[in-house]
Amino acid sequence: MVSIEEYGDFDTSWCPGCGNFLILKSLKQALAVQGIAPRDVIISSGIGQAAKLPHYLRCNMFNGLHGRALPVAQGIKMANPEAAVLCVSGDGCTYGEGGNHFLAAIRRNIDLTLLVHDNQIYGLTKGQASPTSARGHVTKAQPEGNRSDAFNPVSVAVAMKAGFVARAFSGEPEHLSEVIREAMAYKGFSLVDILQPCVSFNKVNTYGWYSQRVYFPQNHDPSDWGAAMVLSEEFGDRIPLGIIYRAEKPVFGLGARLAEHEYDKNDLKAVLQSYT
Amino acid sequence: MSGKSINVVIGGAAGQGLVTIGQLLSKAVVRAGHHLLVTQRYMSRVRGGLNTYAIRMGGEDLSGGTESIDILAALNAEAFSRHVGDVVDGGLVVAGTDFETGEREALRIPFEELAPKPLFHNTVMLGVLGRTIGLERGILEDLLRQTFGRKGEEVIGANLEVLRNAYAWASDRDYGFSRRVGPGSGPGRMMLNGNEAIALGALAAGCNFVSYYPMTPSSSVAMTLIAKGAPLGLQYEQAEDELAAMNMAMGASYAGARTLVTTSGGGFALMGEAVSLAGVSETPVVCIVVQRPGPATGMATRTEQADLDLVLHAGHGEFPRAVFAPATPEECFYLTHRAFDLAETYQTPVFVLSEQYLADSYRDVEPFDLDGLPEVARPLLEWNGGEYKRYAETEDGVSPRLVPGFSEALVRADSHEHDESSRVTEDKAVRVNQNSKRLRKESGLFEEVIGPDYYGGENADVLLVCWGPTLGACLEAVDRYEGDKSLAVLHFKQVYPLREEQFMDFLESAGRVVAVEGNATAQFARVIAGETGFVIPDRVLRFDGRAMTWEYVLKGLTDIL
Repeated sequence: MVSIEEYGDFDTSWCPGCGNFLILKSLKQALAVQGIAPRDVIISSGIGQAAKLPHYLRCNMFNGLHGRALPVAQGIKMANPEAAVLCVSGDGCTYGEGGNHFLAAIRRNIDLTLLVHDNQIYGLTKGQASPTSARGHVTKAQPEGNRSDAFNPVSVAVAMKAGFVARAFSGEPEHLSEVIREAMAYKGFSLVDILQPCVSFNKVNTYGWYSQRVYFPQNHDPSDWGAAMVLSEEFGDRIPLGIIYRAEKPVFGLGARLAEHEYDKNDLKAVLQSYT
Repeated sequence: MSGKSINVVIGGAAGQGLVTIGQLLSKAVVRAGHHLLVTQRYMSRVRGGLNTYAIRMGGEDLSGGTESIDILAALNAEAFSRHVGDVVDGGLVVAGTDFETGEREALRIPFEELAPKPLFHNTVMLGVLGRTIGLERGILEDLLRQTFGRKGEEVIGANLEVLRNAYAWASDRDYGFSRRVGPGSGPGRMMLNGNEAIALGALAAGCNFVSYYPMTPSSSVAMTLIAKGAPLGLQYEQAEDELAAMNMAMGASYAGARTLVTTSGGGFALMGEAVSLAGVSETPVVCIVVQRPGPATGMATRTEQADLDLVLHAGHGEFPRAVFAPATPEECFYLTHRAFDLAETYQTPVFVLSEQYLADSYRDVEPFDLDGLPEVARPLLEWNGGEYKRYAETEDGVSPRLVPGFSEALVRADSHEHDESSRVTEDKAVRVNQNSKRLRKESGLFEEVIGPDYYGGENADVLLVCWGPTLGACLEAVDRYEGDKSLAVLHFKQVYPLREEQFMDFLESAGRVVAVEGNATAQFARVIAGETGFVIPDRVLRFDGRAMTWEYVLKGLTDIL
């Protein structure tokens, strides 16, 4: 039995009221419920306020570079298939700087869980548009409104037939925790896009804005790809939460824990012999 | 023309099978007990163009390539017209009958007569060339049996018959080429190129993870690792780009893998941010950078030594590193092995800087000595020392490196400035302590520097200073020099860090010092000047995309002296 307390309690640099707090709490809950001890968890993160999460959690962590959390997470899992590997970062880090890595991680399908704190704004750099900001969203950097369409990560992930695609909301922590648990239990690459208000820099997509729109679709069958595709497109007056798409698919094959792996010298000698 | 070696050049279009002929002939040469040096020149295309596969064979060690040709096997008219001028007096031209060779006497092979189908033309050429350089038929037959072994007896039988016919046909001809080289150090030697040797050195060091994005001329390092290592447990992935490749390597290394990335200059430029990450997070990684001419896309299949500056300065901020530059497949093997030990010991990126010429250059080498290799440092799997601090401040700057997931102690790595326990910090004292701790590792790396090799007598009139595979051309230039000055060579296989006391006497006691480099700005001479204050005034520089040759060095010296 693992208690939430084992994951520690830390001072953070997050703003009071930030959605990150509830994501952290929900993650701890999900880890404890699964009985995963801190020593068996490895979290890779990038740069941004979301990426600081593993600093506020007792676990193994690699806090790397902006946009590169997914390649690091995949390298970790390839070297240690027994670890519970999570990748945590924000919308700018994952869908902007790391966009290509996001696409490749879906295709590769290594068994890990990606949690994206999606607040539709750049918080750490004080309020520019992010890849998920809506067209027309006015910021200091986009005074006439964001001139680009928003990236819909859930839709893209479903279109690419990622095996596990979910959306959650930090204002629904019990649901969020349950979705994280299911994502981690899923064998393969799983995405949880987490709506999360930035109380300091996003004056549009506030706690109230999300609360009024999110809903839990009844009778949605996540194994129905067509239905998932339609549902994933819904992001406006109504925003569906939960597992949007789930399917079994081939998981990237992994070997033994590489830290313990050693070559047999006779095997190496045979390799050299093949060059004579 | 010295009788020490015979240079056989097979020239033709991509897709004509010259590499197949070349590799079979090369292997036969090594099995016959001769020394061998293969130089490949090819164009960035899959079909057509003009490629050459040059096999230099001899009874003595061959150091570098050469421009002059003893036997030219022209597979098409372009190969003939472009290279016939390089054929020495008494040399031989071998060609089919499908194009004109003008007044030049040539051994014209009637392919249609000797082979039932065009498919067998390579075997015909192998038989004819094997005979002209005096190889025993049995060696060629054994090779064909091995090569086509998996294709069944029918294919083997058909090829053997063609080979025998071609060999007999050539035996009946008086083609006026009778030069032979003496045997070398006998059979039992390995034949491999620089990239293969790097991959084998990595495997010998326990490398069990490679992430890469394909890029000529580096790809065959990863391809060899996958072919030979994956059946033994090596994990590998072709990343979506070089940024991913290097970051994937970071993750794997942090989690306990022995990690290699491989690329060329353009790809390495993209890896720069993660090189810096390796520095601050103290994550071991060996980077193989196989140079080709830049800037940007440059010349994808040609050679150059112009990425030294890039590798020395890659990554922002200050952190320790070491850079090796092998000259031969042996050095590729042993220096790559050493690179792993340094990377693991000092928990920092270590670089092996090769180039296309060495990458694709096959040699015969003594079988590598696996049993004699030193142990490579390993991370810790257990921690019993109280509170674990990933970045504990130590006297030598090396903190205990623990692999996550193997003990109760948590392992936390960070790209930010951090304290001993990996907490993000902007505290000025902690910053200074951590930065100093990392840089203290330079002292250990400095103690382990491999000094340059000196070839020649004391107080030479002229000292050639070179690094990497340019060594061969310099040694042969000295050997063939016919002037009245005494010449010597100083060769660096580790180009960073440098230890002055290992070489300053050589520089200061030589009459004149000449930098010989495969770049336009004498990058290594500038490194020496920066590290020691010693300015090398004279240079022989080649940056036309071709490997340095003894002819090029001698011509450059003539202009200087």
